[in-house]
Amino acid sequence: MRSLFRFLLRNYFVMMFLILEIISVILIVSYNNYQRVTFINSSNNLVGSIYNRFSTLDDYFSLGRTNARLAAENASLRKQLQLRIALQEKYPVNRPDTVDAPAYYFTSAKVISNSVNKQSNYISLNKGSRHGIKPDMGIIDADGVVGVITSVSPNYSTGLSLLNRRLSIPAKITKNNAFGALVWDGEHYNTADLKEIPFHIMVNVGDTVVTSGYSNIFPEGIMIGTIKNYDVESGTNFYNIKVELSTNFKTLKYVEVVKNTKRAELIKLESNNVGE
Amino acid sequence: MIKDFGKYVIMFIVLVLVQVLILDNIQFSGLVNPYIYILFILLLPFTIPGYFLLGLSFLLGISIDIFNNTPGVHAGATVLLGFLRPGVAQLISSREIIEKGNTPNMRQLGFASFIKYTVISVLVHHLFLFYAETFSFSDFFETFLRYILSSVFSIVIILASQFIVFKN
Repeated sequence: MRSLFRFLLRNYFVMMFLILEIISVILIVSYNNYQRVTFINSSNNLVGSIYNRFSTLDDYFSLGRTNARLAAENASLRKQLQLRIALQEKYPVNRPDTVDAPAYYFTSAKVISNSVNKQSNYISLNKGSRHGIKPDMGIIDADGVVGVITSVSPNYSTGLSLLNRRLSIPAKITKNNAFGALVWDGEHYNTADLKEIPFHIMVNVGDTVVTSGYSNIFPEGIMIGTIKNYDVESGTNFYNIKVELSTNFKTLKYVEVVKNTKRAELIKLESNNVGE
Repeated sequence: MIKDFGKYVIMFIVLVLVQVLILDNIQFSGLVNPYIYILFILLLPFTIPGYFLLGLSFLLGISIDIFNNTPGVHAGATVLLGFLRPGVAQLISSREIIEKGNTPNMRQLGFASFIKYTVISVLVHHLFLFYAETFSFSDFFETFLRYILSSVFSIVIILASQFIVFKN
């Protein structure tokens, strides 16, 4: 026993190295095996406030571009509103039906940290549980899908960017409603792969890809991108489709967090099917 | 000694902030992400006790991990670097330089030795880092390309920082 201690003491450098390295590897493996964010993440208050400080400084350099984008989005929303009003005048509804209250609500938030050049990219926002943000809410911006919230602290939240191979988003091709899963290819910040589209479906370059709404995280029809190119791998029944993403992840500044008020109800209902 | 301690604390904080706020946001073709925070480990004095070297390596790596949401990846790579550092130091410099208790910076080691020291350290650290981050060998060559390109940038930035700091 004593000689064992003496051995350990003499080789403490190697022992300590092995212990620390094993801790690191356990962290890496457990993180890669389970689809969850561990306690080591950037949604905590200290890291959030550092990112927040820095991003306010960074804001001044992008004011012009942000304003132009917001103005364009306002114009497009106003156009939709006018269309709605015109329809309302033509086909007036006397009693608004409260059963059809919208399922989705949006909260605006500012991006305080974001990356595009890692294999797993994350995005941090300046709003957290105090503002009603919860894990599993979607993140979108004016151009399309951005990501999904994974963890929140009182004032900040962080989530998977679409540029993260852990995230798979149910998507469909608008033209023929063929649905599949959209996953980042890990190569370029503006392309992703659309998987599981079977061979018999007609696909063209330039077709629009939107969210399918099956995940109940995003509403149906949020823009994802357009088909850039496609081919068929021999021996499979599915296309290899490359989608050019409509969101520009390099210039992300203001986003909206999507809250589905009916999600809990839907999940409860769907869980009934599992036992049968 | 106390003065040095304060100097290293400041260097730790500055390097972590420079890494996570500036270098991690340089978005250059999606392939290149230089990691220069290991300069802290490179510049620790030769006479530092082993447990302190490894402990600081782990602390530095885990700090970067917290900002980058990559638990264990940077910690593992930096601990590996800390473990190999005494060996690398022996390899590139003579015994008397190490025993005098010098700091392994460019002025003490000389230009050629410091380049060797930096290149070996960065290559070891980044190799662990990039493959642990991808967590698979399926895209071996693509990861290798990112590894080499990022290493080149890290080495250049580390050497340039030495020229700026130790110009006098």
